[in-house]
Amino acid sequence: MARVGVFVCFCGANIADFVDVPTVVEEAKKIREVKFAVDYKYMCSDPGQQMIRDAIVQYRLTSIVVAACSPRMHEKTFRKALSDAGMNPYLLEVANIREHSSWVHQKDKKAATDKAGDLVRMAVAKSIANEQLHEISVPVTKRALVIGGGIAGIQAALDIADARIPVTLVERSPSIGGRMAQLDETFPTLDCSQCILTPKMVDVASHPFIELIPYSEVIELDGYVGNYKAKIRKKASYVNFKSCTGCGACWQKCPVKVPNEYNMGIDTRKAIYTPFPQAVPNKPVIDAKHCTMLLKGKCGICAKFCEKGAIDFKMTDEVIEREIGAVVVATGYDLWDATPYEEYGVGRYKDIINSLEFERMVSANGPTGGLPVRPSDGKVPKTVVFIKCVGSRDKAKGIEFCSKICCMYTAKHAILLHHKVHDSRAYIFYMDIRAAGKGYEEFVNRAQVETGAVYLRGRVSKIYQKGEKLMVRGEDGQLGQEVEVEADLVVLATAIIPDKENPALARLLGISYDKYGYLSEAHPKLRPVETAKAGIFLAGCTQAPKDIPETVAQASACAAKVCGLFAGDTIKKDPMVSTVNKDFCSGCQNCVKVCPYQAIVTEDIPLGHGAKEMRTVAKINEGVCQGCGSCVAICRSMAINLAGFTDPQIINEIVAI
Amino acid sequence: MEEVKDKIVSIEKPELIAPPEWKPVIVGILCNWCSYAGSDLTGTSRTQYPPNIRIIRVPCSSRVDPWFIIKALQTTADGVLISGCHPGDCHYISGNYYARRRFLVTKELLKMVGFHEHRVQFSWVSAAEGAKFAQVVKKVTEDVVKLGPLHLYKKENFSK
Ligand SMILES: Cc1cc2nc3c(=O)[nH]c(=O)nc-3n(C[C@H](O)[C@H](O)[C@H](O)COP(=O)(O)OP(=O)(O)OC[C@H]3O[C@@H](n4cnc5c(N)ncnc54)[C@H](O)[C@@H]3O)c2cc1C
Ligand code: SF4
Ligand code: SF4
Ligand code: FES
Repeated sequence: MARVGVFVCFCGANIADFVDVPTVVEEAKKIREVKFAVDYKYMCSDPGQQMIRDAIVQYRLTSIVVAACSPRMHEKTFRKALSDAGMNPYLLEVANIREHSSWVHQKDKKAATDKAGDLVRMAVAKSIANEQLHEISVPVTKRALVIGGGIAGIQAALDIADARIPVTLVERSPSIGGRMAQLDETFPTLDCSQCILTPKMVDVASHPFIELIPYSEVIELDGYVGNYKAKIRKKASYVNFKSCTGCGACWQKCPVKVPNEYNMGIDTRKAIYTPFPQAVPNKPVIDAKHCTMLLKGKCGICAKFCEKGAIDFKMTDEVIEREIGAVVVATGYDLWDATPYEEYGVGRYKDIINSLEFERMVSANGPTGGLPVRPSDGKVPKTVVFIKCVGSRDKAKGIEFCSKICCMYTAKHAILLHHKVHDSRAYIFYMDIRAAGKGYEEFVNRAQVETGAVYLRGRVSKIYQKGEKLMVRGEDGQLGQEVEVEADLVVLATAIIPDKENPALARLLGISYDKYGYLSEAHPKLRPVETAKAGIFLAGCTQAPKDIPETVAQASACAAKVCGLFAGDTIKKDPMVSTVNKDFCSGCQNCVKVCPYQAIVTEDIPLGHGAKEMRTVAKINEGVCQGCGSCVAICRSMAINLAGFTDPQIINEIVAI
Repeated sequence: MEEVKDKIVSIEKPELIAPPEWKPVIVGILCNWCSYAGSDLTGTSRTQYPPNIRIIRVPCSSRVDPWFIIKALQTTADGVLISGCHPGDCHYISGNYYARRRFLVTKELLKMVGFHEHRVQFSWVSAAEGAKFAQVVKKVTEDVVKLGPLHLYKKENFSK
C-alpha cells in the first residue's frame, strides 16, 4: 500500500495566519495512506527540506505531498529534495494552500482551513497514482540553421560558428547583407553602414564553420529540438559558381533591364546581375523571370562573353538536406506600402518617396551618386518634408504599433540631407519623438541644432501639387494652427512590417506569428528570443521592428541559446509526455490530427501475436511531444496517457474532494 | 435541431431545497500556463473570492476530458469550471480551440440529460487576469448557489 508523507508549510505568517495549519496536519493524518504528517515554518528552507529527506528514509514513504505555495513556485525545489533522498522526484505533489487558500480567503479561517484540508486530500489521492518518471534525454545534432542573412542572421551565424559549431546560413536573395547593406550612414554615430557590415559579410564567406547557401529557401522542417531535418531549395542561378570569377563581363553585356531591388527600383539592373558591388558571394545570378534566353530561348549573350563558360542555362533547382539541432529565424522586415494614404497622393505624385528610397539616394554607392533628387525632374531638392508615422500608430490604416526606428532614422535623414545639400531645409512632421537609447536623444538634438530642421508636431492632412512643388498641409500642434510647406520632395517614414512570407514560413516551421506576421517569442519578457517550439529562436526585425544595435544583441542572444543547447551531447527533457498503449489503439488517427507539434506518427504492427496481417497504430515521438494532452482527451479508445497528468491521477483528485 | 434544443429544459427540481449547512463544491480545472497562473496572481494580489472552488491543474485546457466533468458532477461537484488561455494564446498553440469545441458539445449533452447550463462553465483567463479569475469564481459560485445542491445522477442516489 501507498505510504504518503504530508508536509504542511506555515510560510511564516502567510499561510499560518489564515489557515489553521495544525488542523490541516491532523486532517491529513486521518487519511489511511498517510503515514506521516508534519508542519514547519518554512518548508522550502534547508531544515524544511531536511525534514522531508529524513522522513522519506525513516517512514519508507512512497510519495510526498507538500502543502505550501503554488507548484509554479517551488515544485522544482521540492522535487530536488526527493531526489537527494534517493526518491524519484516525480513522486511529489504540491497542494497550493497559499495562493489558492490562505491568500484568497482571508476573512474566513474555517473555510480556508477546510479548503486547505481538501487540497491536501486531493494531492494525496493524486500522488498515490503518481509513477516514477525519468528525464528524457535526446541526442543532439550540433549544427545550426540560420534563415535570413541580414545583420541578424550574419551576427548569429558568426557567433555560433566562433564557438566552433557548424552553421548553415540560408539566404533567399543572391547576397547576404539584408537591409543594412542598403543604408548610408547609421544613427546614432553616423558610421558608414557598408564599412561596418562588409567585413562581417566577408567573415561569413570565409568562416570554416559556416556553410553559406545563398539564393535559396527552407521548404521543409521535420523533427524536434536537437534533431531537425531541413530541406533547402537552392534556386537555379544558371551560373556555375565554381568556375565563375565574378568578373562581370556577363552583366555588362546583358541587354535586359529590370528595376533594381537593391536601389529600391530607382535605377535598373540586368537580367543577369550581382545585387551590389560588395555582394557576398560576389557571383552573378540569372533572374529567370526576366532572362529572354530562359523565357524565349533567344539571346545567350552572357554565355558568349563569359570566358570561363560558367553560364549554364540548363541548371535546375536543387534540394539540399541538412540535419540540424537548432534554428535561428532572421528574416527581417519590409516597408509598408503607403498607397492607402490617398490624401497624400501616394502613387500619384512622383516626388513622394519612402525612407529606403531616400537612404539609397544619399548613399555614396547609390543610383544618384549620393545626392537626393526629385524623381520627376532629377533636380536636387531644397525643401524636403519628412513625414513620420506613416501607417504606424494609425489603427484606422491597420497598424497600431510604433515602428520604433523611424524617429531616429528621420533625424539621421535630416542630418544626411544637410550634409549633401548645404542650403536645404528639412521639415519634419511628427506625432512624438521617441529617442530612447544610448546617445539617441543627443542625436536628435544634434539634428535640430546642426541642420536647423524644423520639427512640426502634427499630422499631415493633405498633399497636393502646385506647379513644380508639392504643398504639404498639416497642423502645427504647438502653434495650434494649420501650416503649409512648399516642398520639393516628400519622404515618408512608412511602417516597418515583417517579410510577407513570414506566415508561410512560420507554418512550415511550426511556430506562431501575430496578426501582422511578426513571429512570436515564447514570452514577451522572460523568453524574448525563444519561440514556443524548443530549439527555434528569433533574431532581428522578424520578431518586431528594431534598430541595428538591438538586432545584433538579439542575434548574439540566439547564439548563446544555441550554444547552451549544444553544450552537452544530449538534451534533457521533461518526462511529462504522452504515450500510446498499442493494445487499445484503434488506429483512428484523431490524435495525429490534433497534435500541435506533429509529434504523432503511425506505425504498422502485427494484428495479433505472430500474425501476418498488420494494423495501424499511433506512435508518439517523446522528443517532440510537449505534453499538452490534446491527444489524450481526443482518443476515444483511451489509449493515450500523459505522464504526470494521467486519467487516474486527475480522477483521483476529483473524487477525493 | 435548434428548435428541439430550445424545448429542452432543466429537469433539475428547484423544490429540492438546500439544507442550511450545505456549501456548494465547485471543481475548477485550469490550464497551467494561463488560468492557473492567473489564479496564482489572484492570490498574490490578495483578491478575495468565495472558498468553494477546488482547483485541479492540467497542462492545457485541451487535456480536459468530458469524462472529468461528468465524473465530478457524479461524485463531488455541484458545479464545474473549466478555464484556459484566451483564443490565440494557448501555450500549445491550438489546444484551447479543441477544448472549446469539446466543451460546447459536452455542455449540450449535459443539458440534454437535464443539467442546468450553469452547472458547467467555461472561461478564458490569462496569467495577467488575477482580478478576472476572482470574478469568474464569484459568478460560478453564485450561479451554483442559486441552483442548490446537485442531486441529479449523483452516485449515492443510485446506491440507495
Ligand atoms: C530607412 C531606414 C533607415 C535605417 N537606419 C538605421 C540606422 O541608421 N541605424 C540603425 O541602427 N538601424 C537603422 N535601420 C534599421 C535596420 O535596417 C534594421 O535594424 C536591420 O536591418 C535589421 O536587420 P535584420 O537582419 O533583422 O533584417 P533584414 O536586414 O531585413 O535582413 C533579413 C534578411 O533575410 C532574408 N530573408 C527574408 N525572408 C527569408 C526567407 N524566407 N528565407 C531566407 N532568407 C530570407 C532577406 O533577404 C534579408 O537578407 C533603418 C531602417 C530603415 C527602414
Ligand atoms: S515553501 Fe512556499 S509557502 Fe512554504 S515557506 Fe517556502 S515559499 Fe513559503
Ligand atoms: S500531449 Fe500534446 S504534444 Fe504530446 S503528443 Fe499529445 S497532442 Fe502532441
Ligand atoms: S495552455 Fe492554456 S489553454 Fe492551452
